[in-house]
Amino acid sequence: MSHSFDEISQQLKRRHRKSARLKWVSMGALGLAGLFLLLFFADMLNKGLPAFQQAYVNTEINYTEEAASDARQAIADDLVPIVSRTEIRSIPLQMRNNEDLLGTSEQRWLLANGEVDQYLKGNRNSLSEEERAAVDARVEAGQVELAFNSTFFTEGDSKTSESAGILAAVVGTIMTMIVTLAISFPIGVMTAVYLEEFAPDNRFTQAIEININNLAAIPSILFGLLGLAIFINFFGVPRSSPLAGGMTLALMTLPVIIISTRAALRSVPDSIRHAAFGVGCSRWQVVRDHVLPLAMPGIMTGSIIGLAQAMGETAPLIIVGMVAFIPDVGASFTEAATVMPAQIFTWAGEPEAAFVEKTAGGILVLLAVLISLNAFAVLLRKKFERRW
Amino acid sequence: MQTNQLVLLFCTVLLLLGLVAFFVGRTKAARVRSGGGKMFAQPDQYAWFAVLSTAGPAILVGAVGAFVMLLLGADIPTFYLLAASLVVAAAGLVVGIAQVRPNFHARQAIERAIRMALASAALISIFTTFGILFSIISEAIRFFQMHSFWEFITGTTWSPGDSFLASAGRGDGSGAQFGSVPLFAGTFMITAVAMLVAVPVGLLSAIYMSEYAPQKVRTVAKPVLEILAGIPTVVYGFFAAITVAPIIVNVAGFLGLDASYNNALAPGIVMGIMIIPFISSLSDDVINSVPDTMRQGSLALGMTKGETIRDVVIPAALPGIISASLLGVSRAMGETMIVVMAAGMRPNLTANPLEDMTTVTVRIVAALTGDQEFESAETLSAFALGLVLFAVTLTLNLVSVLMIRRFREKYRVNNL
Amino acid sequence: MNSQAPVMTEQETPSVGQPYTRNEQACHDLSIRVRDLNLWYSKNQALKNLSIDLFQKNVTALIGPSGCGKSTFLRCLNRMNDLIPSVRTEGLVEMDGLDINAQKMDEIALRRRVGMVFQKPNPFPKSIFENIAYAPRMHDMVSRKVDQDELVERALRDAGLWNEVKDKLQEPGTSLSGGQQQRLCIARAIAVQPDVILMDEPTSALDPISTATIEDLMDKLKEQFTIVTVTHNMQQAARVADYTAFFHLGEIIEYNDTKVMFSTPAKKKTEDYISGRYG
Repeated sequence: MSHSFDEISQQLKRRHRKSARLKWVSMGALGLAGLFLLLFFADMLNKGLPAFQQAYVNTEINYTEEAASDARQAIADDLVPIVSRTEIRSIPLQMRNNEDLLGTSEQRWLLANGEVDQYLKGNRNSLSEEERAAVDARVEAGQVELAFNSTFFTEGDSKTSESAGILAAVVGTIMTMIVTLAISFPIGVMTAVYLEEFAPDNRFTQAIEININNLAAIPSILFGLLGLAIFINFFGVPRSSPLAGGMTLALMTLPVIIISTRAALRSVPDSIRHAAFGVGCSRWQVVRDHVLPLAMPGIMTGSIIGLAQAMGETAPLIIVGMVAFIPDVGASFTEAATVMPAQIFTWAGEPEAAFVEKTAGGILVLLAVLISLNAFAVLLRKKFERRW
Repeated sequence: MQTNQLVLLFCTVLLLLGLVAFFVGRTKAARVRSGGGKMFAQPDQYAWFAVLSTAGPAILVGAVGAFVMLLLGADIPTFYLLAASLVVAAAGLVVGIAQVRPNFHARQAIERAIRMALASAALISIFTTFGILFSIISEAIRFFQMHSFWEFITGTTWSPGDSFLASAGRGDGSGAQFGSVPLFAGTFMITAVAMLVAVPVGLLSAIYMSEYAPQKVRTVAKPVLEILAGIPTVVYGFFAAITVAPIIVNVAGFLGLDASYNNALAPGIVMGIMIIPFISSLSDDVINSVPDTMRQGSLALGMTKGETIRDVVIPAALPGIISASLLGVSRAMGETMIVVMAAGMRPNLTANPLEDMTTVTVRIVAALTGDQEFESAETLSAFALGLVLFAVTLTLNLVSVLMIRRFREKYRVNNL
Repeated sequence: MNSQAPVMTEQETPSVGQPYTRNEQACHDLSIRVRDLNLWYSKNQALKNLSIDLFQKNVTALIGPSGCGKSTFLRCLNRMNDLIPSVRTEGLVEMDGLDINAQKMDEIALRRRVGMVFQKPNPFPKSIFENIAYAPRMHDMVSRKVDQDELVERALRDAGLWNEVKDKLQEPGTSLSGGQQQRLCIARAIAVQPDVILMDEPTSALDPISTATIEDLMDKLKEQFTIVTVTHNMQQAARVADYTAFFHLGEIIEYNDTKVMFSTPAKKKTEDYISGRYG
């Protein structure tokens, strides 16, 4: 009736092969996911790193009478097609601001035209053969070179690729995030404290819970519709402003903060609460003096992760109009502004090839910020994590 | 005076009143106590109560007034409103100080107020849901007054055409057609492609991580996969449009097929990559919470590890896996940036993923970023599309929650 | 520890691995031979120099205080300890004259011949029918649908469950009561037609009535199978086992005919344990 080991082993060979196959296939799947990630980062670095370098031309600028009216007169004729038009256009303005400049001349590195920049980086460009030869000659002479692109970090958006920078978007992001955090953090923590420490377990509380879980999974674009219809059209919050964007993102971040805060509160063991009740604390005193301080690292971690999520969000901001062309760094919460992902979106839509690397460069900046935020959150958790 | 300055002034005065309330309240309480009287609460608690009774009603009056102004359009001058609030504040101050009596439970009063504040914070999330519903439905109704619901649901042509002229009083907008079927077909196509990538890769990764991988690999692989979920969608959109789409066109060309640069495959694949961690992470948790006795029972019968996973572990974890996949579908359908940047703009009813096609979210963005009047049918159509999107994702989320709850009850695990 | 001398009766120390007293009614064909078995969890030695001969078509009970290594030993017999990475074993466990820990021994083949029933019933998330039919099908034991039905019915009959479940074979295995689930697990194990069935405290999670049913079942099953059962319940060992081995701190103190063991134990420690002085 029973079989010997040899008989069984014979039949098992096939099954062992099949079993091993599952292991390799599943390992391959994980590898594939890792490969995607690697490919993605390699691609972004490859496309984006050149954006941190820009071509500059060493130019003699003559602040003459003619230059004040026709800026092109200020520099040598053969340099005009090479130098960035934005730089040339700014010469008369500088002369008006500083009367002493008239009649003087100086040698300076000016931003080169975007096409020259692309040519030097070996990308597709629209330079003619002669222009290329001229640029080559100047590179030989050390008059044209690629150098660190400080403009990218000190300027706002521009229609010319060489003078476009991400600063306006960074400032816009910071302002929007201030609004988001100022609204969602207190409300989120209060909600979580109520649900976890105070709320009776009734239908109403369950409804709030289901509702919060559901909010966390609603497509972000619908929050944009809410922002447009309620905040902008109904309450009259200025369109495109960090206030409108921040409020919209705050509602989106709310569930993330609530859920992580509740987890943090739940991880504080009941023995702490019982001990505090035992010495005569009221419920609120227990929460304020014992539970919240212990849960704070967890709450912070969750909030930072929620913030990072909001920082990368684009769709609802497009709906509330935060994709405007913003050349200047904003100063007020009610003025039109843009944020980093929206800036990336705008650049991605520019037809000029030079903007591809600007887009990827912006992406690298955004990713760097997000990765540092997340790393900080992980660190925070590691440092304060407590096993009860 | 400017409204801004008025508000600033109001805040300053209110702050001052609050400070006054605090210090007067505390001194009075301290005096009563040093007089030998027994009190129900600490002096500080009386002080806080005084502050609360000063600021609370005043802010409430201000908020209600502002809301009435906005909601009912009543024209209350800001100055009078703020002045009224300050009067209320002053009255509150007097009441608050008067309440500093030995037999008054200041602490309980404060905690009742705190509890109410917490509860009203919890209401905000409910308001958000209702806000979304209200904003979408009210505009969607206006849209359905212009175009029939039936045509919207079953029509196969989406061409807003000159509907913006109609709203400007020129033309009758009769050329516009709002049949959403091609949009939903596009959405489903891209979602299907995404799930074809995400479910196998995500599930198999989860199986590897929870059943085979040594602890070291696990601790590295999990956060690395999570990075995929943390990359902003606008970045994925760029990746899909600039890198993946040309690759697909080239590969298709190599195979003798004709692919559009806005093909549905590129955004679908990239969206799938984005969703991998959602599936793998939840599936990993679910597989881990399948009781070990189940695996041992199978191994003790002489099953191989592969057979145990395939025939015992996965079926046991199935509700959780399905739930994770439904969440993935819901996310894919609502995803906006990837499709806006990489999918097409042309409503196209086709089964060929190499053709360009558009999705619901793309049309929502397109309708709301143009320069049309807000009243035009095209703009309002965004809300009608949003309504359907809301309904579909809500259903998916709820079903998913129910399934995971059933799993949790079955195996009595609480960490999901 | 060193009270090697018999306490109650004059008995010669038996040869290695043999019981002190022979149960004359029992079968004495060798099923599993264990010699000098040592096992470590990382650095902690859990089993020390175990030697025991387990006989075919017998019930052998392993008793002892908790943590004495009886369950660990049981899991050595079908290499379930392989699943715990920190476990290291040395020594000989022999079945059919083959060392089951040998490199070329397939643990899957071994487990097919040495089945196991666990402390807590663990039916698969499948129907009652599938719970039983699954393993034989995977082992290519049945090819036709009719054979499969027949096999399931036989296993369920042998496990004494057939009359209770014959009308609801398609219902999930988890819908049964605890005792029924455990009998389903036994049916599942015997459906594979193993030589040996290991039972790891099979009744500890069950009520007294279900326990009695399973004890009767063990008595019947030993006609076909070799049964090795771990129990924390000495009365159960006395009721069902032909032979009993007393474990203490990873060693076998006494291996004896059950009746002799419970009436006149050979060792002082055994007597202390069965008379309830510790454990």
